[in-house]
Amino acid sequence: MNAAQAPEYGAVVIVGAGQAGAEAATELRACGYTGTLTLVHEEEGVPYARPPLSKAYLLGAATEADLAIRPASVYVEQGIEILSGAVDSIDRDNRRVRLHDGRELPYDAVILATGGQPRRLAGCDIERASNVHYLKTLADATALKETLRTSSKLVIVGGGYIGLEAAAAARQLGLQVTVLEAQPRLLARVTSEPVSDFYRRLHESRGVDIRLAAQVVSFEFGAGGHVTAVVLADGERVACDALLVGIGQQPRTELAERAGLAVTEGVLVDAACRSSDHRILAIGDCARQPCGADRTPRRIESVDNALQQARIAAAALTGKPIPVRAAPWFWSNQFDARLQSVGIYTPDCERVVRGDPQTDSSFSVWYLRAGALVAADVVSSPRDFAAARRLVGGGVSGVASKLADTSVPLNYLATSVICAASQVPSNSNSIQVSV
Amino acid sequence: MPAVTFVQASGERKTVQGLDGESVMQVARRHGLPGIVADCGGELSCATCHVMVDEQWLAAVPARSPDEEEMLECTAEMPTACSRLACQVRLTPALEGLVVHVPRSQK
Repeated sequence: MNAAQAPEYGAVVIVGAGQAGAEAATELRACGYTGTLTLVHEEEGVPYARPPLSKAYLLGAATEADLAIRPASVYVEQGIEILSGAVDSIDRDNRRVRLHDGRELPYDAVILATGGQPRRLAGCDIERASNVHYLKTLADATALKETLRTSSKLVIVGGGYIGLEAAAAARQLGLQVTVLEAQPRLLARVTSEPVSDFYRRLHESRGVDIRLAAQVVSFEFGAGGHVTAVVLADGERVACDALLVGIGQQPRTELAERAGLAVTEGVLVDAACRSSDHRILAIGDCARQPCGADRTPRRIESVDNALQQARIAAAALTGKPIPVRAAPWFWSNQFDARLQSVGIYTPDCERVVRGDPQTDSSFSVWYLRAGALVAADVVSSPRDFAAARRLVGGGVSGVASKLADTSVPLNYLATSVICAASQVPSNSNSIQVSV
Repeated sequence: MPAVTFVQASGERKTVQGLDGESVMQVARRHGLPGIVADCGGELSCATCHVMVDEQWLAAVPARSPDEEEMLECTAEMPTACSRLACQVRLTPALEGLVVHVPRSQK
């Protein structure tokens, strides 16, 4: 669509002021949108970055002021109104967003950036205990940080990224830490066995007690309603004075559902982030968009995905060319290990391991489907990650044996691929190389 | 409070006040300066806060860490001998008046 065909929008309401919503607001202005722009924020203050909440913020190395994505003055200068409040409903017939306090915001377009909420532990009454924490918002992180300051034994339910990052931070703060993971390995939903095993060894070497295949059945409470122990299916009792639950998150789609939009574990959107109503877009953790070589609708929980979709939505609403989606990427810092991932890993992928995860502090695992490279997990090798982003982007085939050969520098391999790519017709989707 | 001057690819210069201990990325973000994207928020993971330290300041700025060295291979614009990730350059009184150049593109 060119600028001449761009639809005229005079009022855009963004619901949710996390990384996706904040980026959509400033990106709309960068794309030349001049109409009314309202960013509805459930919390007070300016939008902030969440990744440090489970790392630097817990450690005290980053303060609340460091987390602001942009200073308040930028929103004022750009005419972006940040409105603190909760949205109750979207009246699509009259094109109005209704806030809980009764305010109504007329719209020409809505961007849903409602994110997700931590999955709760089902069937147990721990929510009211003041030493039980979830970790999603700044308020959650502040409360957890406060509890950690006066605790010595932290139990974490869930061995995913949030749980492991918090485990690393708490160990560095001197606490005893136990991680209870229900699956037989850590990070089971998101990566392969070699990476899972590396992180188990890393945490154990730093004194974290990792329990795999651990089924939580109940909790014990002490005076004042504090949780004092977690009881496992085998009868073992793990004592604690602080409990963190990090068992994934669920997309917040209630608003979209109530508005009658197509929702299946996420608001279903097209390549331009438009939902089943063309005036309502969805981005970030709450959206499910076709991606990857197979165009399967996927929900991707990452800062990069939030930013990419925000930029797509802003382009779509201003009639600018939709940016080409780059392979999604992700990172997680735990102790001194730096995990950087690119592409879409699924358990059915073939894998090639470069380096030895048992003995090397840096290695990478490469994932292929039908011979084509689709994803990579790179541990503590930013140089190889730089190459991985270039290699995974193009659906490259024919490199499996080279990837495992640590005598072939990956930046050399990536450069060879890019040279080869520049010689294939531009309408070709897949690149076959021989190096 | 060390002042930092950001020179955009267009040649436009803007001088802002930094705080001791703050990173050059944080200064840019706090003042809402364009061209420093900082997608990862300063966790040395995205290489979108690439700047080129002005040659006159090169000697005064502490050296790159090995991780930063490697991440500089991820930048959108070809790095030079003056390239740094702004999140890794901390302001000290010795950097009062620092000048950095912002590349044309970060993504």
